[in-house]
Amino acid sequence: MTHHRSRFLTALRMNWWIALILLLLAFSCLLPILNTVAISLSNQAYAATGRVGLIPVEFTLSSYEKLMAEATFGRAFLISVLRVLLGVALGMLTTILTAYPLSKSTRAFPLRNAYMWFLVFTMIFNAGTIPWYMQIRNLGLLNTLWALVLPCAVSSYNIILMMNFFRGIPREIEEAAIMDGAGAWRVLLQVYLPLSLPSLATIALFILVQHWNNFYDGLILMNKPSNYPLQTYIYQLTVRIDPSTISDAETLREALKVSGLTLNASKLVVSMVPVMVVYPFLQRYFVKGLTLGAVKG
Amino acid sequence: MRNRKAIAAYHLMLIPGFVLLILFSIIPMSGIVIAFEKFVPAKGIWGSKWIGMKNFEYMFSLPDSRSIFTNTLVIAVSKILCQLIVPVFVALMLGEIRSVWFKRTVQTVIYLPHFLSWVVLGGIITNMCSLDGIVNRMVMVFGGQPIMFLASNAWFRKVIILTDTWKEFGFGTVIYMAAMTGIDETLYESAQIDGATRMQRIWYITLPGILSTIVLMATLSLGNVLNAGFEQILTLYNPLVYQTGDILDTYVYRMGIENAQYGLATAVGLLKSVLSMILIILSYYMAGRFANYSIF
Repeated sequence: MTHHRSRFLTALRMNWWIALILLLLAFSCLLPILNTVAISLSNQAYAATGRVGLIPVEFTLSSYEKLMAEATFGRAFLISVLRVLLGVALGMLTTILTAYPLSKSTRAFPLRNAYMWFLVFTMIFNAGTIPWYMQIRNLGLLNTLWALVLPCAVSSYNIILMMNFFRGIPREIEEAAIMDGAGAWRVLLQVYLPLSLPSLATIALFILVQHWNNFYDGLILMNKPSNYPLQTYIYQLTVRIDPSTISDAETLREALKVSGLTLNASKLVVSMVPVMVVYPFLQRYFVKGLTLGAVKG
Repeated sequence: MRNRKAIAAYHLMLIPGFVLLILFSIIPMSGIVIAFEKFVPAKGIWGSKWIGMKNFEYMFSLPDSRSIFTNTLVIAVSKILCQLIVPVFVALMLGEIRSVWFKRTVQTVIYLPHFLSWVVLGGIITNMCSLDGIVNRMVMVFGGQPIMFLASNAWFRKVIILTDTWKEFGFGTVIYMAAMTGIDETLYESAQIDGATRMQRIWYITLPGILSTIVLMATLSLGNVLNAGFEQILTLYNPLVYQTGDILDTYVYRMGIENAQYGLATAVGLLKSVLSMILIILSYYMAGRFANYSIF
């Protein structure tokens, strides 16, 4: 009896330890975000001394007011919104239209495997950054919104995810529709798509987040900073402090001070907002979509 | 008859996707010849002089080439190992928690960083690691000297690996949690009746239950051995830490885009692409062999 009780108590204590470790881990994921929010809401002079933790000191909205007044920030934000809208629309179109025929058996669609191998080939081999960049330049897309949308419109990963989902839909439903005289397009639009809403939502959110977060293509495909999407704009703003020109700690500290710590923090916060807004929805669909694609075996 | 019409429709549906693939994946492959040329943009791909393997020879003669390969491999492999180990531990710990509410909250919070961009996180990490940042304040509380983490060759890789693990471990945890829900509940019940301890349960039921997922993740990550995390390093590195932080992708970016050395940059990029392709094919083969997994 006592043996059992002591074991029970050890187990209980162990559970508290586990809960504590998990809480610390979760906290470590929130800490940097909370710290940035706190800095963005603090007095500039105070924040520069590095003494803002999780709570704003001398609360002020001045950095957000400054942000609103900045035309370049607004434009970069708008470009990002446009690329997301266009990118999600186009990405969904190519994903659905490519995944559906590929989900058919070779009996129903004899060339299916040839297309599939082609797709997988483009997935595992790429020509590299320079030839890719030159092709986009040759097409005259540099400095246009299309450069941010067209080259990444086809995602093999999303297509395979969608294809696997389509394959899970019972064949009988399709056969019944065909018996009723529906053609391939009608079957896709009226049978498959309504049954795939959770997967479609997952993929739309994936594309959205990917477009919103991408900064590298903006950096190399846009020559003018006025064409930068938001993340590229922030990259160039926050990361371009060149320490090679700074020899000792004191000058680095000065450089960081003049760079407007609170204003930058407010820009980081605003750029996180859209992802935070769609996050609860991502959360809902994501495990299902992910396990379908990643751990199918 | 009907079948033929359906097949025609399938071909039609595939047009948009495959036209884009041809434009942005296949045609650029012809640009690979730049790697074997003394490329001059004004003369174009077909007018530039063919120099064979000179770009590759030049690449290996550079004093930096060794450190670039070493950095890429060390950073990528360390990340892969952390990414395999940490999520398993976290998933096992979460599996011990009864409260559904607690479990779900922790899960939600820990995979939030996965969805934030490296630009944003890079900005935040730069702030936190600066001399006045929150990290150095803690260092000073414990009596240490402030450290310039992102400008120190002793620290840079550690920061890169740690922050990447921090960003991605929640994502991996979710995959293992999903695998754990597939384990037969009755196994735990009979273990309970037989008086198995917690460690015995984990060792003999949970771990074997998620082993196939672990093996799958391990084999698939083989394809990433040359991907040390371009966006992360681009947002966090600086010339002071090229020695320990410069990787293949950042090198291609600086040579090709910033310095316009197209031949050299294309050669380095091509080398990486070919090696990566071999690794990916190997990983798919192994995943099929050991985890009974196929991508299509």
